[in-house]
Amino acid sequence: MRVVEPVVELTRGLWTTLRSMFEKPVTIQYPEQKRPVRPRFRGRHVLKRYENGLEKCIGCALCAAACPADAIFVESAENTDEERYSPGERYASTYEINMLRCIYCGFCEDACPTEAIVLGDNYELSFTDRRQAIYPKDMLLEPVADVTMLTPQKTEPGVYTRSVPEMKDPSD
Amino acid sequence: MNFALVVEWLIKGVVLVLILLGGFAYLTYYERKALARIQVRIGPNRAGPWGLLQPIADAIKLIFKEEPTPARADKLLFILAPIVTLVPALVITAVVPWGPTMTVFGHKLTLYIADINVGVLYIMSVASISVYGIVLAGWSSNNKYAMMGGLRSTAQMVSYEIALSLAFISAILLAGTMRMTDIVEAQKSIWFVLLQPVGTAIFLIATLAEVNRPPFDMPEAEQELTGGYHTEYSGMKFALLFMAEYDKMIAICLIGATLFFGGFREFWFLANTIFSVDRMPWLGPIYIFIKIVILLFGMIWVRATFPRIRYDRLMAFGWKVLLPLSLAVVFITAVGIILAEQVNPLWMWGIPVVSLLVGVFAIAMIDRELRRKDYARR
Repeated sequence: MRVVEPVVELTRGLWTTLRSMFEKPVTIQYPEQKRPVRPRFRGRHVLKRYENGLEKCIGCALCAAACPADAIFVESAENTDEERYSPGERYASTYEINMLRCIYCGFCEDACPTEAIVLGDNYELSFTDRRQAIYPKDMLLEPVADVTMLTPQKTEPGVYTRSVPEMKDPSD
Repeated sequence: MNFALVVEWLIKGVVLVLILLGGFAYLTYYERKALARIQVRIGPNRAGPWGLLQPIADAIKLIFKEEPTPARADKLLFILAPIVTLVPALVITAVVPWGPTMTVFGHKLTLYIADINVGVLYIMSVASISVYGIVLAGWSSNNKYAMMGGLRSTAQMVSYEIALSLAFISAILLAGTMRMTDIVEAQKSIWFVLLQPVGTAIFLIATLAEVNRPPFDMPEAEQELTGGYHTEYSGMKFALLFMAEYDKMIAICLIGATLFFGGFREFWFLANTIFSVDRMPWLGPIYIFIKIVILLFGMIWVRATFPRIRYDRLMAFGWKVLLPLSLAVVFITAVGIILAEQVNPLWMWGIPVVSLLVGVFAIAMIDRELRRKDYARR
């Protein structure tokens, strides 16, 4: 049947598309049904806390220095035992990330000495205003389980003496 | 002329236009759903149950959209062009019967607007008017892409119209009349698709080119022409062009069903049963609706399957393959009818056999051409 080969090939194409009509649709109904992200997905940043509620961020601004897009702005202030935000000497009094500038490279995560900033799994970052694109600290901070863990906390003197808190595995 | 007749015509005309406009809206829905299923998606399912209100949402969006007119565009023609494109697509269906003559409350009701004795000729002449709309849309937009789209459209439609008309002629010859109702009645015993399969194939291919459907949607090749003749159109004016395209699809499927697939006659396996249109005349519109839906699915299916072919090859196919083939088909049909009348009625079956042989010969010639080593370079 060499002569009618053009027709055979066209028919084969039509058959392929007709067969695909009876496959199960791959569509995911997005807003109702969300696909879990990959383990190494880099989404919106989260500022982590210790178990007692103190912030991991010590306001060193290394993340801001590492940021290639200059998206992070950090201003630090001194901790006192009456008003303690982080276990270190200082804390971030202002922490802002401009989500329009951020390229989600994860360098801030790598630069952070206390593993305070982590790129989470939230990718639904839509805003209607340029100002809304700047995420302040209270939006980035991890939520706490109960009110007593909120910062600032009042701590006993002599507990937090190090300028940089001790880490479990500094090489990590 | 009596007054009741005019009122009846008016009502039938309004109903037909409403059917075509509603049909356009739901044809877009049908196409999107069918395409989605072929591409293993779901398709529109947000507006209303199963997305059934999607066409209405689209219509509302198009009505409220801003309609800019390009600077230095020919304003009159720019506004006129969508109308000139749409009107032929609507009026072309006037001569096509949707069902047999029925008796409703003692009144004879015919399911067509006009039963003129040159129905097929009317269809051919009205079909060629819609070219003007597209050319004017392209020209008046003052945009080189629109202009190119309009020009391509003219060349393509003029070329394929000849093959299309010759395919019409094969049906006219078989029926021995140009009156649409008589053509349908002539297919009472056998559909013309069986008597003239090659003519039907030519008709189906040529209609794809005639209504600018993929794989012959050269006038609006978006990768090359950013939308072709409707590049500069938006809002309701765009909707009119869009509507014209889809109404042309419906109209051409209606005509194809009438000429080759038995029109409003029942399917062959229902002949002489209780479901025959002779027994139940109101089944006629339902049968033709089913036939239109099947033919439309064919168009959507072809769109989902084949890529757009190159412009020079489209023209080569039209002039070098379809035109000689359709001429041969008309000749074979005519000779077959003469032999059947003069010698033996069994000669009628010579028409499909010889036509298929000629069709295979044409395909073999295409195959030979495609296998030539220097084909890719040209």
